[in-house]
Amino acid sequence: MPPRSAGLVSKALAVYAKDMRLELRSRYALNAILMFAITTLAVVSFSLGQSGLSPKLLSALFWIVIFFSAMSGLAHVFIREEETGTALPLRLMADPDPVYIGKLTFNFSLLTTMTMVVTPLFFIFTDAPAEHIISFLPVLALGVIGLSGATTLVAAIISRASVKGALFAVLSFPILMPLLIALVAATEKVFGGSGLGEALAELQFLFAYAVVMITASLLLFKFVWQD
Amino acid sequence: MFRLTAKDLAKRFGARKLFSALNFELTTGDSLAVIGPNGSGKSTLILTLLGLQRPTKGSVTFAEGDTELDDAARRRLVSFVSPYLNLYDQLTAEENLKFFITVSGGHVTGKQINAVLQQVGLERRGVDPVAEFSSGMKQRLKYALALLSNPAYLFLDEPTSNLDREGKKIVVQLVEQLRADSILIIATNEEEEYQLATAQCRLGQ
Repeated sequence: MPPRSAGLVSKALAVYAKDMRLELRSRYALNAILMFAITTLAVVSFSLGQSGLSPKLLSALFWIVIFFSAMSGLAHVFIREEETGTALPLRLMADPDPVYIGKLTFNFSLLTTMTMVVTPLFFIFTDAPAEHIISFLPVLALGVIGLSGATTLVAAIISRASVKGALFAVLSFPILMPLLIALVAATEKVFGGSGLGEALAELQFLFAYAVVMITASLLLFKFVWQD
Repeated sequence: MFRLTAKDLAKRFGARKLFSALNFELTTGDSLAVIGPNGSGKSTLILTLLGLQRPTKGSVTFAEGDTELDDAARRRLVSFVSPYLNLYDQLTAEENLKFFITVSGGHVTGKQINAVLQQVGLERRGVDPVAEFSSGMKQRLKYALALLSNPAYLFLDEPTSNLDREGKKIVVQLVEQLRADSILIIATNEEEEYQLATAQCRLGQ
């Protein structure tokens, strides 16, 4: 073995860089997520347009677009390893923790890219109040972290199943339900002009959800990945 | 001195028994050929020893001296070459080698990568995507990875599968090079391959 050894951060970065490189060369997950998001957004905007939707409806529509777009691409990070037969050498040579952290970071990047495209379009195509976009950013950030944390573990669980796509949505739904309810409630308050102060309880829940989900995933991933 | 110990090892899939009551202990410098007809469980035994499949019964222990190695230490010390172990097609040969060495806890320089690629006859293909490689070239690249890992435990499943005559010669040289400092286990049906090992374990009897 060469003398200098890589630590957890270097190993996780290697997994992240490898996944990013593969994604940039194939654009499979990014294309799937963006196509789904933009198509859904177009349907919503053409059918409802600037028709004075309530903050409650706008916030629900926004997170529906984000949730289903995430479902269409985030599982790919593990499915690709299983389908191409590269999961075997990865299991053999890499510790589980850096694999999970690398893949979580990759999914977070993917979801962040998607929300950076979708959010401005949502504000343009619907009558979501653009003046509240800054207040909306913390909700969005916590939503993206929570979604990435939960879906990355579920993606690892379903990657060896035969009906991966359906199973991903089915397993993710109950885990993501509390997150989505809190996200919709927080977004509704921000869109309604109440400000972030009013949404403090939801923000605290979103933060706790993200911390618990990522910590639990980190502890459980070893068993999911190796067995 | 490294040790690999299999104690009362058994594996069955439902009612079908692949092997049972397997006991052996190997130390650095030892080599074992696992032989037997197709479907006798050679690859399953290798995967079980590697910890990638659970045994139905028994245990496998990796140790250095009297100290049992944990999973992380084992990952750094084990190399596996097999036709069903795939590398990343969309990465280049160099990127694959660098990635796997880094995630296993090592560090590798461009010079070391060039040296092993030269040793396996891929010196001009380092920057090409693995997708453009033939199956034999992919197999050579896996040997380059094994060489870079400098393993204490080397597992080979069908070691010359997909290789031409030149490739087979390279494999024999590599095995000779690595054998003295590692524990070597070969799963094969080819007589010339199991003669690379000093002991044999026959499955499917």
